Amino acid sequence: MALISEGKFVEDEWRHLADEEDLPRSGKIVVSQQRLEEALAGLGPEQGLGVRLPNTADPAAIAPYFSRLSLIAIAFPAFTDGRGFSLARLVRRAGFKGELRASGRLVADQALHARQCGFDTIEIPHDIAQRQNEAQWAKALGSYAETYQEGYGTRGSILERRRKAAL
Amino acid sequence: MTAHDPQQAARPNTPTTTYLYDNYDTAFVRERVAEFREQVRRRLEGATTEEEFRPFRLMNGLYLQLHAYMLRVAIPYGTLTARQMRSLADIADKWDKGYGHFTTRQNLQFNWPKLVDVPDILEALAEVEMHAIQTSGNCIRNVTADHFSGVAADEYEDPRPTAEFLRQWSSLHSEFSFLPRKFKIAVSGAAQDRAAVKVHDIGLRVVAGPGGEPGYEVYVGGGLGRSPFVGKVVREFLPREDLLAYLEAILRVYNRFGRRDNKYKARIKILVHETGLDQIRAEVEAEFAAMDRTPFAHDAEEFARIAAFFAPPPYETLPAQSEALQSAKRENPAFAAFAEVNVSAHKIDGYAIVTVSLKPTGGIPGDATSAQMRVLADASEKFGFGELRVSHEQNIVLPHVKKDDLFALWRMLDAAGLATANVGLLTDIISCPGLDYCSLATARSIPIAQAISRRFKDEERQREIGRLGIKISGCINACGHHHVGAIGVLGLEKKGQESYQITLGGDPSLSASVGELLGPGVGADQVADVIEHIVDFYLSERQGEERFIDTWRRLGHARFKDVLRREGENGADI
Repeated sequence: MALISEGKFVEDEWRHLADEEDLPRSGKIVVSQQRLEEALAGLGPEQGLGVRLPNTADPAAIAPYFSRLSLIAIAFPAFTDGRGFSLARLVRRAGFKGELRASGRLVADQALHARQCGFDTIEIPHDIAQRQNEAQWAKALGSYAETYQEGYGTRGSILERRRKAAL
Repeated sequence: MTAHDPQQAARPNTPTTTYLYDNYDTAFVRERVAEFREQVRRRLEGATTEEEFRPFRLMNGLYLQLHAYMLRVAIPYGTLTARQMRSLADIADKWDKGYGHFTTRQNLQFNWPKLVDVPDILEALAEVEMHAIQTSGNCIRNVTADHFSGVAADEYEDPRPTAEFLRQWSSLHSEFSFLPRKFKIAVSGAAQDRAAVKVHDIGLRVVAGPGGEPGYEVYVGGGLGRSPFVGKVVREFLPREDLLAYLEAILRVYNRFGRRDNKYKARIKILVHETGLDQIRAEVEAEFAAMDRTPFAHDAEEFARIAAFFAPPPYETLPAQSEALQSAKRENPAFAAFAEVNVSAHKIDGYAIVTVSLKPTGGIPGDATSAQMRVLADASEKFGFGELRVSHEQNIVLPHVKKDDLFALWRMLDAAGLATANVGLLTDIISCPGLDYCSLATARSIPIAQAISRRFKDEERQREIGRLGIKISGCINACGHHHVGAIGVLGLEKKGQESYQITLGGDPSLSASVGELLGPGVGADQVADVIEHIVDFYLSERQGEERFIDTWRRLGHARFKDVLRREGENGADI
């Protein structure tokens, strides 16, 4: 997997832990929703904890853990399946302040969609990263100076800027 | 900035009766073109696979059809300026085969563009404040509205400011660009529904609230396709300031819970049907209540800014009746027929609404040549404040013509082959492109429309028959809206042969109903015969001025089936 943040390929400090693996004694790990309680009890105080969610997850069920989670990774089973974008919005609305990651076969053309819905990072398989390099992700992210809707990481919507210009 | 700002008025050929882009809109559409140019470049270079490219080319209106690419240009709420119409004609000449096809969703399709030219075509469109954004794909599509908006005598409020407000909100919506399926919104603001709001994913009717303030009656879950549903009222009155927030709540519920396992069950109509209206309403209302409303706090001001553009043109004060019109009608029977059939009541005295039929005898419904587009642009400037509309019946409307000018306009149209007097009559057929163009189609549609058109070409006979909508689709996706045709024709493929199912009793208006099947399918060469038998039976049974649909409702479907059964015994294979 390759990790993209703000249009740049970056080092991933997190390790996805498979359900059959033992909890490691060090390092930042991402577990499935089912192992969340176990990980909270078994991790050392220095270890970062993240959870990966299916795009059908109920944000209310995960909200009680927000203060102890540093990362939430939302799965995109297909790049055309937009449920993850709505879930990201709901997770942000419920107050999650940590790293929000889109995980799946997303393409560079979705860089802006992901950021506006509240994602900080995008995790993609290597075959896509090989075809779609850093320059393409950066360019796609900067395609628009402003958009019509209010979103995370935007400078304010076109509507908002019009209103301020008229004041 | 108001619609009559001197800076705006200085633009050539631009009426001040519709929305004009500001710097933000211009920048956005330009950036969209640049983005698509880059997407095409990356596709040609191999950075993007065809599968990855597909949703993005669709969201820019570009389909891969049977023989070539097809580009679907958005005509938001069906409103065009003369300058925009001329630009469409220029594009047809420069990059296509000299014609375009107006569709049932108030769009224009070019059937033969080359992929490498499409960014340049989009650039030419941007030049005249047009685009092809979201005319396809699983996103919020081009918002449609009543084609008589702003001029209809029965109008409560012009629905176009609402449609423009929604156009902006839905453009590149980051959350709703990868929905389970396409999403169509229509808006109407009149007593009569000319926008078919009950057969859209969301239908909006502008209505007065308890205190007389304008808001919306909201329908959800209507649609045609293989499972037709009439939309249901999800909110009886939605205050205007809540419009975007409420629609966002509906879309969020749909995006999260709409089915994605089967594309034929992915529209919101299926979610509403399977979940139940009450449950959907509860979920939408819960989401609406939980939303952060800060981003919508100034929606009312923005709506007012947009609405100011849709000011009435500088009408003259005229008498309600026109002497010139009356005498021209007496002297010229062909013009009298046109004035009778293609002209509708305008809300301002001395003015009329003219519908120009794109359904000449034996023609392809909705097609216009570049020369005809230019004549229409000229006619709108000479006689109608430079404004045109596209109707979902695939005709062109000149919304503000002085009654005194109707005869001169008719002569101009007649010289260009645009004076067919059949609007709303039997040969004003709605048809999808069918198997002649479309890769989804299972049968041809255009030759069926042409055969019916030739069979009933006698305009006097058509006037005798009266208002009767025939709608033809070349597959069950129902782009020709056959479900809501008084007579619907659906082309299917049976054992390698084209077979046409005929339905009766469809109605797209507020009294919406879905047509009922007449019997087994018939062959392509029999469709016109069957329709003639049905029409003859109607004529023999109708009472007074009764419309076809009303006779059908009174007599019942079985009586019409009987007619065909008898005909079948006489040799027709039906």
